[in-house]
Amino acid sequence: MATTTGNPETGETTTKDGVRRRDFIEIAAVSVAGVGGLVMVYPLVSQMAPSADVLAASTTELDISTLEAGQAIVTEFRKQPVFVRRLTQAEIDEANAVPTGSLRDAESLEDRTQPGHEDVLVVMGVCTHLGCVPLGAVTGENKGEYNGYFCPCHGSHYDTAARIRKGPAPTNLLVPDYTFASDTTIVIG
Amino acid sequence: MSFPWAKEYQPANGFTKFLDERLPVPRLVYNAVGAGYPVPRNLSYFWNFGVLAGFCLMLQLVTGIVLAMHYAAETTVAFASVEHIMRNVNWGWMLRYAHANGASFFFLVIYIHIFRGLFYASYKPPREMIWLIGVVIFLLMMATAFMGYVLPWGQMSFWGAQVITGLFSAIPLVGESLQVWILGGYAPDNAALNRFFSLHYVLSFVIAGCVVLHIWALHIPGSSNPTGVEVKSESDTVPFHPYYTAKDGFGLGIFLLIYFAFVFFLPNVLGHPDNYIEANPLSTPALIVPEWYFYPFYAILRAFTFDFILPAKLWGVLAMFASILVWFFLPWLDKGPVRSGHYRPLFRKFFWFGLIPCMAMLFFLGGAPAAEPYVMLSQIATAYYFLHFLVILPIISSIERPDPLPYSITEAVLGSDKKAVLGENAEPVAT
Repeated sequence: MATTTGNPETGETTTKDGVRRRDFIEIAAVSVAGVGGLVMVYPLVSQMAPSADVLAASTTELDISTLEAGQAIVTEFRKQPVFVRRLTQAEIDEANAVPTGSLRDAESLEDRTQPGHEDVLVVMGVCTHLGCVPLGAVTGENKGEYNGYFCPCHGSHYDTAARIRKGPAPTNLLVPDYTFASDTTIVIG
Repeated sequence: MSFPWAKEYQPANGFTKFLDERLPVPRLVYNAVGAGYPVPRNLSYFWNFGVLAGFCLMLQLVTGIVLAMHYAAETTVAFASVEHIMRNVNWGWMLRYAHANGASFFFLVIYIHIFRGLFYASYKPPREMIWLIGVVIFLLMMATAFMGYVLPWGQMSFWGAQVITGLFSAIPLVGESLQVWILGGYAPDNAALNRFFSLHYVLSFVIAGCVVLHIWALHIPGSSNPTGVEVKSESDTVPFHPYYTAKDGFGLGIFLLIYFAFVFFLPNVLGHPDNYIEANPLSTPALIVPEWYFYPFYAILRAFTFDFILPAKLWGVLAMFASILVWFFLPWLDKGPVRSGHYRPLFRKFFWFGLIPCMAMLFFLGGAPAAEPYVMLSQIATAYYFLHFLVILPIISSIERPDPLPYSITEAVLGSDKKAVLGENAEPVAT
């Protein structure tokens, strides 16, 4: 390089603006080490995410052939309770009688069930407030003021379509992704 | 740094001289908690709580390490392993009760320590860094205590983990994924229990490291004192040892009497009976409340019941974190030149009749059911809490006319300071 000035004692060469030839190798070495360190962060962060066995357990198959109108089954999906209820005609009418516009989380019963199976309501048994398990799935439990589910922790009332009607919960009980494998079998997840 | 009149460490024999030249640990101890550390002569018993907090940390470390030798962090056996500690392990019941009550007493001591800092405005210059590290330690303690409470895998453990990690789901967009990442699943399970055990163990040592920084930062300007007047001369101080080792030792004795009264005679009054039921993901306890030391923050969390631009749940979470984060700004929110509450008449009124009743209310309301009138009271107390730190304190500290301060600590203690009368360099006249 034409503009370099040498230091005869150390053999270092420096350009006029103070850049040394050695700077390149220092920056390169630190960069490689830095990138290597950052690459190492990925597995350290990723190991916290659900492991393969947890993900593998994330579908639940359920036979509902014996489920009579007015009954509910409590099952587990991803280690959380799921309520599967076959609604009576009275409960369906009650849910449909409410104008959806008046609801905190506007959804009709039709939105929350699958075509051809409007009487089967599948919801997560996890209160949308702070995650307690609402009462009402088991016969004899308090179903709340709207004849659906009632969360005893902080007093959220859900109606027959498991929609939030009163209390602190922000949204309706979550309907998980599920499909009807046959008329009597549902697969959640 | 220390005061110029601090006594210098003198190795007593050949071995300590050998050590002093190679690894001067005895010198470090001498200058930190020995005769080489001059401390204001007028410290009240409120200044015992730093040492007590350090004692509590060591108690938790020792009992915790021992308990970890018998505990198994696996959901199918965790609950049983705690019962195994209670029934089979030699002295296991005592160690576990000592650890569980130790957490409560650690928080009790820390709350009094923080109260001292707030009343005497210990956070003011030049001690801001001590205060900031202290707030970090408090946050670490909360995380550690929460994860420790999950380990027995009882009903309260499980549902506490569910509710507290559920707080993160309130964060827009990333919240749900963040909660799943924290738990390593969709609900608290083995992955969560294992990582909480790992973090509970290691965070205690992170706290110990921060305590070293806290004390290091303290020893730069030295301890504050009840007058808030800085040390001016040697007559304002006494050596830490034997004066404050004796005073702290006495305080420690009182503390241990109360602590062991709980460990031996009331070991479960500070806990919840529901945690002696094994975790059941399909059944929620009727009332989910945290341990007593989280009540004020739980009350703030639950105070938000209405949506206002953001959802109520997110407001609750933000307010809960903000209620502690506001302490980071305290050294700059309090603008008054005088430290001690004893010389700040207006500050003192708002402290005793504003902040303290407000905190007492929040403590009570956090353990109350989420029903009226408690919800409304929580809202009022939460509003006042933030009003105090963000509005009242900056205003009163700007307009307040403080009472006259004593010239020095010596004058405050003895009624006169001969050096003040005769001049800074005069030797006191023997009488």
